[in-house]
Amino acid sequence: MNAAGFPLLSLITWLPLVGGLIILAVRGDEETVASNARWTALWTSLIVFVLSVVLWVRFDPGDPGFQFVETASWLPQWNITYKLGVDGISVLFVLLSTVLTPICILASWDAIKVRVREYMLAFLILETMMVGMFAALDFVVFYMFFEGVLIPMYLIIGIWGGPRRVYAAIKFFLYTLAGSVLMLLALLAMWYQAGTTDIPTLLHTPFPASMQTWLFLAFLASFAVKVPMWPVHTWLPDAHVEAPTAGSVILAGVLLKMGGYGFLRFSLPMLPIASAHLAPLMYALSIIAVVYTSLVAFAQTDMKKLIAYSSVAHMGVVTIGIFTANVQGISGAMFQMLSHGIVSAALFLCVGVVYDRLHTREIARYGGLADRMPAYAFVFMVFTLASVGLPGTSGFVGEFLVLVGAFRVQFWLALLGSLGMILGAAYALWLYRRIIFGRITRDDLRAMLDLSPREIAVFAPLVVLTLWMGVYPASFSSFWDATVGAMVTQHQAALHGPTLLAAVKP
Amino acid sequence: MNAMTMNWATALPEIVLVCWGMAILMVGALMKRRDTFQLASMLTIGAFLVTAMVVIAGPSGLAYHDQFVVDSFSGFVKLLVLIGSAFAVIASLDYNEHENLRRFEFPVLLLFATVGMMVMASAANLMTLYVGLELQSLSIYVLAAFARDRLRSAEAGLKYFVLGSLASGLLLYGISLVYGFSGTMQFDHLAVLLSDPAKSSPGLVVGIVFVVVGLAFKVSAVPFHMWTPDVYEGAPTPVTLLLGTSPKIAAMALLVRVMATPFGHLLAQWQQLIVLIAIVSVLLGAFAAIGQRNIKRLMAYSAIGHMGYVLIGLAAGTAVGVRGVLIYLLTYVFMSAGTFACILAMRRRGEMLEQISDLSGLGRRDPALALWFTVFMFSMAGIPPFSGFWAKYFIFTAAVQSGLWALAVIGVLTSVIGAYYYIRIIKVMYFDQGEAAFDPRPASLSVLAAVSGLFTTLFFVIPAPFVGAAQTAAAVLFR
Repeated sequence: MNAAGFPLLSLITWLPLVGGLIILAVRGDEETVASNARWTALWTSLIVFVLSVVLWVRFDPGDPGFQFVETASWLPQWNITYKLGVDGISVLFVLLSTVLTPICILASWDAIKVRVREYMLAFLILETMMVGMFAALDFVVFYMFFEGVLIPMYLIIGIWGGPRRVYAAIKFFLYTLAGSVLMLLALLAMWYQAGTTDIPTLLHTPFPASMQTWLFLAFLASFAVKVPMWPVHTWLPDAHVEAPTAGSVILAGVLLKMGGYGFLRFSLPMLPIASAHLAPLMYALSIIAVVYTSLVAFAQTDMKKLIAYSSVAHMGVVTIGIFTANVQGISGAMFQMLSHGIVSAALFLCVGVVYDRLHTREIARYGGLADRMPAYAFVFMVFTLASVGLPGTSGFVGEFLVLVGAFRVQFWLALLGSLGMILGAAYALWLYRRIIFGRITRDDLRAMLDLSPREIAVFAPLVVLTLWMGVYPASFSSFWDATVGAMVTQHQAALHGPTLLAAVKP
Repeated sequence: MNAMTMNWATALPEIVLVCWGMAILMVGALMKRRDTFQLASMLTIGAFLVTAMVVIAGPSGLAYHDQFVVDSFSGFVKLLVLIGSAFAVIASLDYNEHENLRRFEFPVLLLFATVGMMVMASAANLMTLYVGLELQSLSIYVLAAFARDRLRSAEAGLKYFVLGSLASGLLLYGISLVYGFSGTMQFDHLAVLLSDPAKSSPGLVVGIVFVVVGLAFKVSAVPFHMWTPDVYEGAPTPVTLLLGTSPKIAAMALLVRVMATPFGHLLAQWQQLIVLIAIVSVLLGAFAAIGQRNIKRLMAYSAIGHMGYVLIGLAAGTAVGVRGVLIYLLTYVFMSAGTFACILAMRRRGEMLEQISDLSGLGRRDPALALWFTVFMFSMAGIPPFSGFWAKYFIFTAAVQSGLWALAVIGVLTSVIGAYYYIRIIKVMYFDQGEAAFDPRPASLSVLAAVSGLFTTLFFVIPAPFVGAAQTAAAVLFR
């Protein structure tokens, strides 16, 4: 039964929605409503965070299976159940979502001035959708949350975004929807084949090889858009640039991970033959993403766009790691995803800090901020170096493990993959130099104030996490070691089982 | 003739409704007061409520020499039809007052149209089918032209009448061919006869095609959809609401019953036809709506697309498919009625508005209305967790299980294209700068939008009873 003794995951999932209802019920003039909405959202997300810490503490890393499982009857005649649970792969993503949400709400405290109530409501709904998606143990429940994310995100980009927000919001929506509807067909086919949508059961259901290829491609359509992989990444720079800061944070921090999580949860374990068969395709797309988008990042003049392209490159490393299908590669991918979730989110927050002061994201407008904003320069440096993958920061561990995993598969794969690290160092340091170093030439830059206490409160947990993950990675990787180990064993068995039997035959 | 074959009690809901309609007619004609519209409307809603209870409690079986059948399929459809018609009456309460259409004939015509639809749901004979269809159609022709002083309403009525008569003619011709080549109009006799493949002849297949064409006109499937945008735009909006709900449900139910019961054994012959109609309907529904500026026209194209999805369920030709059809119709009644309730609330300084751009800034001026409108649009686009997603889910389940992969892939991709114009409406409401506020909403529309919106939003919480009822209803046709 449930380790917590009460429906912890359901509580974490649905509590934000309760907070949303409270926000909806607030009456009064605009100022009162806005202030109430801010505080309600903050407290709700903090309570949810505390609950998720319980999850973190009570989770048993030694158990490779699903924990905190809870079920409720939903569509019993059709074997569709409301089922939640976490294993080593998903538990930290739940944590990531619950950590980033209060940070986002804090980061939008002053930046969002219009329609605060709706904004906070959208973020709380978004939190429900994200947590529910990572905790879902039924395919239909998963799909519901997976696509449901689109609704609040579309509104967040479209209402509180920049000048081209309408284009960006619609592009984001349609790209993602087009991918997910194909996954819906795959879901239905699996349901028909296996007779259930229960994810733990599906994980051990062998599908015919010919069917696997089609299912894999359908999943790919959905997850590749989410990750995003080259060539369907073009929605990401638009969405990032136009989204409000907190929107970018969630987009980079959590939403991109939904793609990687999908590959790890569905494609790799459920479709082992197709995964092995199509791995070269995945490698090729990932390598192109790593090299090409790194080069594109060089050419950017907009800070957010540069970080957006770097996200595509970093997620390319993740997809390489996942499809190496060995322990190092998958562990590295997991680590890289979590690290990227923290670091890229923090980088977008760094952009937000200067954007709130100067209202421009053009790199050329800045320079020499180290003089006036030493604390900011320090924070920015930590995250830039983490993004580069400096040893001692979270970015290093993930990339290193992925490259080890890739090396076990193919020398050239590892070599090309490591190109991303070199190019990454180049554009990230270049960005840092142009913004922080040099001489201050403009008066408005001289007048800029350093981080406020609220901003320090936003960054402090992220800095701590980044260094913690870099210095003592085992405290995170121990969560998924058992699960990943079991997954790789099962994967190998599914691939080599038949061939071994064939070899025994006279 | 014995008591069993003349089992009139099975038609009790229709009888109750007709008698009640007559009574309202008498009240309206004999009362000296001029303003009998509200009274007649209230009585009509009451009639629908009582009839719904009779439908639930009434006996089932065959009646009138097996020409009339009451089973769980007809019960399901009748309840949906009654809900849709009741919504239309509620929507007309305020609109007709404002537009100077407060005449007691309006609810009465609506009531008789509903009787026709209920007869359609219970048809077990091609003749019953035709009678029900004509009763429904003739009442609605008049309703579409009800605002007789307005040119567009008169045009809508005339257009609907001319094209509808043509379709009725085609249907009748098809029925005569079927009768000529098989010698019976009874559904069950036809089913027995056609279970032997040798008994089917080219003439019969031609007859079936004509029947399909006649019914495809009524559900406004492509290529028999031409009347839909004009009639939707021209008719008074409550009538458009009606057109979008009950008659579509009744006609679709009829099509399903005819295809599944008498012609069920000829699946191979008609499946391709339905697949083709479904594909062109979803394509046209997705693409043609993109350029629309008038929200009622947009809803017309949206309806064409939705009927295309429903036909995918029929094309599957299985009980699973019919279950999908029924769930789709169930969710569609609420989505569609709710959307039209929102459209009816678009009034500024007494003038009804119909342009999509008139909605701009609604998110700030009237958050509640904008919220419901958003719910309906996301639901129509098939985004979970709203009910529209579940409708598509069960439809595509059927397509996948029947191996109709091309249809399923085209279906999901057009739903993405369709999502574009739905989310564009949300964009207009929330992202664009606002215009002046609408007039205060009447309570009737708020209630209608809220009821439909809550159903659409909360369907996902307990879908099991609805899906179960649809399953039971669908199983009747595939015994």
